[in-house]
Amino acid sequence: MEGLVIENVSMVFTLANGGQVHALEDVSLHLKPGELMAVLGPSGCGKTTLLNIVGGFLTPTAGQALLNGHRIEGPHKERGMVFQQGALFEWMTVAQNVSFGPRMCGVPRSEIDGTVRHLLEVTALQDFAEKPVYQLSGGMQQRVALARCLANEPDVILMDEPLGALDALTREKMQGLVLKLWKETGKTIVLITHSVEEALFLGERLVVMAPRPGRIHKEYTLPFADQGVEGDARKIKAQPDFISAREEILSMIWEMEEEIMGGADTH
Amino acid sequence: MANRKQPGGLAIWLGVADSSFTRQKTVKFGDASAVNSGRLWSIVTVVALIVAWSITTVGGVIDPIFWPPLEGGLYPWDNPNRAKPGVIDRFMGLLSEGYRNISLWEHVGTSVKRVLLGVFFGALAGIPLGFAMGLNSAARGLFDPIVEFVRPIPPLALIPLVILWLGIDEVAKVFLLFLAALFIMLIAARAGVSSVQISKVHAAYSLGASKTQVLRHVILPNALPEIFTGLRTSMGVCWGTLVAAELVAADQGVGSMMMIAKNFLQTDVVVIGIIIIGAIGFAIEMLMRALEAWLIPWKGKG
Ligand SMILES: Nc1ncnc2c1ncn2[C@@H]1O[C@H](COP(=O)(O)OP(=O)(O)OP(=O)(O)O)[C@@H](O)[C@H]1O
Ligand SMILES: [Mg+2]
Repeated sequence: MEGLVIENVSMVFTLANGGQVHALEDVSLHLKPGELMAVLGPSGCGKTTLLNIVGGFLTPTAGQALLNGHRIEGPHKERGMVFQQGALFEWMTVAQNVSFGPRMCGVPRSEIDGTVRHLLEVTALQDFAEKPVYQLSGGMQQRVALARCLANEPDVILMDEPLGALDALTREKMQGLVLKLWKETGKTIVLITHSVEEALFLGERLVVMAPRPGRIHKEYTLPFADQGVEGDARKIKAQPDFISAREEILSMIWEMEEEIMGGADTH
Repeated sequence: MANRKQPGGLAIWLGVADSSFTRQKTVKFGDASAVNSGRLWSIVTVVALIVAWSITTVGGVIDPIFWPPLEGGLYPWDNPNRAKPGVIDRFMGLLSEGYRNISLWEHVGTSVKRVLLGVFFGALAGIPLGFAMGLNSAARGLFDPIVEFVRPIPPLALIPLVILWLGIDEVAKVFLLFLAALFIMLIAARAGVSSVQISKVHAAYSLGASKTQVLRHVILPNALPEIFTGLRTSMGVCWGTLVAAELVAADQGVGSMMMIAKNFLQTDVVVIGIIIIGAIGFAIEMLMRALEAWLIPWKGKG
């Protein structure tokens, strides 16, 4: 089957004291090529665990993840990662970070140079190519992380709270960039976020997860990402149906949090 | 406020006035950054030391065997034909004529060369071992008991054993320093490997890097700051260990020069030796800091 398939995935962590954490229980999803899925849910509901399984860093205790029909068994350049803090290589310049993947894979020098130049232009970093990455602002560093990931032409991009550490204004600008890159490259994207607004705006599909055990609580298909590619982000976010969807999901998550807290109160 | 005179740059440099930012602070006691250099007091200390040294020794208050005069001269009880040299004259003499047929530069050069060799071999063996221990369970298990056992032993405690094994020649001294540096470098390299952020390793793998490439392009550069700190520490420890070893047994080197001088009651040479040891230790530290800033500009910025 084309695309990313998650089949009855469960993940149980056994703790040192013998206790067990059901981080994921029987999660199934199908993402068609070119879809952008946002994942939302309260802290500890297994979002990062799910992404680590798709990234190939964890083997699920049950079920499997497949990409274009083959089973995911380890990290591979077909699945690029973008982390919350960039995870950039601070001993390299911006250009060296972006060219890292192709260099490791033995792509010829001439080809790499063209790719890097193009990606730095797309992410508006062309003037910073030779700067060490630690001299860049947080938003610029996340753009480097995006460019580095795209340089390898992955089929799927996995992002764990990629904009979580940015200030509100930079964050909105970056959301626009993510949408633009998504439309231009046609990549399949999984994006984890804590922001309901961001999930609604970016998620062509939106999955809300619930904790204990981590599972899919509700799925939505949304029109806002498509509108956001062309339209004005501020207007889209002010639309009545955007606002009502936001309120609905906020109160859903609020209830989940209440349940967790309530559980903690009555023990 | 407007007509209050602003202190000049010199006053701030001397530490008699606070910087303009500190002056605006209301809480100063307990705020370490509000404590200025106090440089005027440093100057007072240095001048006072020199003056005290001159007065007490030239005036003949202190016996030159106990503490030598800064400047030479004739003392009331001296043989009028044999004026004693002071530390300054003696130092000039050492510079031009050396000590006991060996030039001062040779003494210092011998000591520095021993330290560099010891640290070099220590790093050569310690870094790969530290990497192995940081990356592989078997290597960690194999070497952990040795490392944990040897770590608290001061290198000086190994001198008798090293003398029994290798005698007191050049090899023995470099071997002692090698041991001192080995464990410092090993522990530093291991810490450097362990400090790598897992997200960087994950990022590299999902960019298509192989294990060797992750080692070469992520783990190694990530460990360099810690390795460099290890080098600095090794240099310092080896310098101290060497001087002590030279005091025990050697015919060349700053330590041995002092030991021979002691036997002839040449306190001035002993004092010069102490000053040289301090100055070289300080120079090594400054050099390593400069090298670090130049070679590893990303340190602490990950
Ligand atoms: N290595 C591990 N060992 C034991 N428990 C773990 C481990 N990794 C995650 N967990 C547990 O699994 C659950 C899900 O964790 P996960 O990191 O996937 O949550 P998350 O949804 O990403 O949370 P957040 O929004 O805070 O990032 C949590 O209860 C966590 O404590
Ligand atoms: Mg997480």
